[in-house]
Amino acid sequence: MYGKGLRALSLATFAALTATFALVFFYAPLDADQGFIQKIFYVHVPVSIVTLCAYVVGAAFAALHLKTRDRKWDLRSYVVIHIALIFNIVGLLTGSIWAKASWGHWWVWDEPTLVSFLIVFLLFATYQPLRFSIEDPERQSRYASVFAIMAGAFVPLNFAAVRAASPFVHPRVFATSEGGLPGSMAFVFVCAIVAIGLLFALLVAYEIAAKQTRWKLRALRRRALGGEAVAPLGRSAAPSLGAPERPSAGTPPRAPRNPAEAAS
Amino acid sequence: MSGPATPRDAGPLTGGAAGHDGAAVAAAGAAAPRPHADRRPMRPAVALLRKDLLLERRSPEAIPAMLLFSVTTFVLFHFGLGRDTVSGQLAAGVLTVTILFAAILGINRLFVSEQEEGGFDGVLLAPIDRTALFVAKAAALFSFLALVEVATVAAFALLLLGPSPWPALPGLILILALLDGALALVGTLVSALAIRTRARDLIVPIVALPLLVPALIAAARGAAPLLAAGGAGSIPTKWLAMLALYDLVFGLLAYAVFDFLLED
Repeated sequence: MYGKGLRALSLATFAALTATFALVFFYAPLDADQGFIQKIFYVHVPVSIVTLCAYVVGAAFAALHLKTRDRKWDLRSYVVIHIALIFNIVGLLTGSIWAKASWGHWWVWDEPTLVSFLIVFLLFATYQPLRFSIEDPERQSRYASVFAIMAGAFVPLNFAAVRAASPFVHPRVFATSEGGLPGSMAFVFVCAIVAIGLLFALLVAYEIAAKQTRWKLRALRRRALGGEAVAPLGRSAAPSLGAPERPSAGTPPRAPRNPAEAAS
Repeated sequence: MSGPATPRDAGPLTGGAAGHDGAAVAAAGAAAPRPHADRRPMRPAVALLRKDLLLERRSPEAIPAMLLFSVTTFVLFHFGLGRDTVSGQLAAGVLTVTILFAAILGINRLFVSEQEEGGFDGVLLAPIDRTALFVAKAAALFSFLALVEVATVAAFALLLLGPSPWPALPGLILILALLDGALALVGTLVSALAIRTRARDLIVPIVALPLLVPALIAAARGAAPLLAAGGAGSIPTKWLAMLALYDLVFGLLAYAVFDFLLED
């Protein structure tokens, strides 16, 4: 019941990534200045763009969670931010490699985008410690949503500030109106964005399906073996799922303290 | 949390509805609402602010700590940088970073009394908007910072600053006021976010510092020409605009999300 459409999404992602890498290596022209190393552009820039979009999407999911009080939005927000953090690290690493290859230094402070990504990473890296330090699951998800909204609004502000602080800005590989990018490169770049976006969506879908399956399995084991047979869960940064199936009469339905009870 | 009778629902009763039965419960938590309270929405915020200022005056806690911390940091900077006097960007950086770190101390303490003495319950039970608590706390933090800075800037001018502070003073006051606004808004949000976590003292700095990077960039870069060795220049407008934008964005954001931090 979980992970509907995962197979189709997996195949689409696999096909898109394969096609994109084939295009990158065999179709896209070599950059006149930078040569082969410029091809990292087709990984670094799409990953970075997807990361930023994901942070904003995570903030939007968090806002939906606060609005609807539906825990599924908290789960989605959590997973999107989680995967976006991983993409963020990939973007930082590839950016660093590219900087070393084209400018000769592993880190350049006058590249505002790279610096902004570091700051955004440092902020979002506190998301999981924050969640982990709140025990009550209901409050954890509420506070995490507030944090995600703040951080989502912080992202564009931070980019503006860091960019304004750079003494000079490196020439963009592709100018605003595609001016600097020949048509064949632009085509491959768009393919790469689609492929990396699909990869992101796939990882999010897998993670959500895995979490749901794990909770379901726990619930089934509790029902089959009895509550004592299943070890209670420790503290977790991850959101717990679901409303109780048998809400005890008289008490208002509220977020379960123990996720295992939630699913049983 | 979908309990039908949260204090929030009983909360917005203003003075005009004092005859209703809910108000009897509500009035027990705090000062009884005046019949004309609804015509002065800032009244609860002013009362809460006065309470905070009175607490700080009777048992000074945050202000002396922040003050001592700042002066100690100047001494540390003197030895760490190996300079007797600083000017320009270095001076602006030392001053703003010191203020930022000192503010972290105040942010850490901001909600401690509410948490330990049940102030949150009082606010939740009282028939007032919860935004009043945010306004009061942000105003209290702002005034603490302003008071501390009067002494800190004097100590900085005396101990470290090379050029004369007087020509820079009007511009510096403007920048520090805007920076204090940013520190107060973000600090209050982060403090409320962290106060009921397990690792409060850890969460505040790791969340607040990245969030405040854009404000620090704008304040440090904006103050640099004021403290330049050759005499005070003028502040570039873009930094003032950046600080004002930062204050505006986080002010609106705090207004939107603060209520969610105070639900239980």
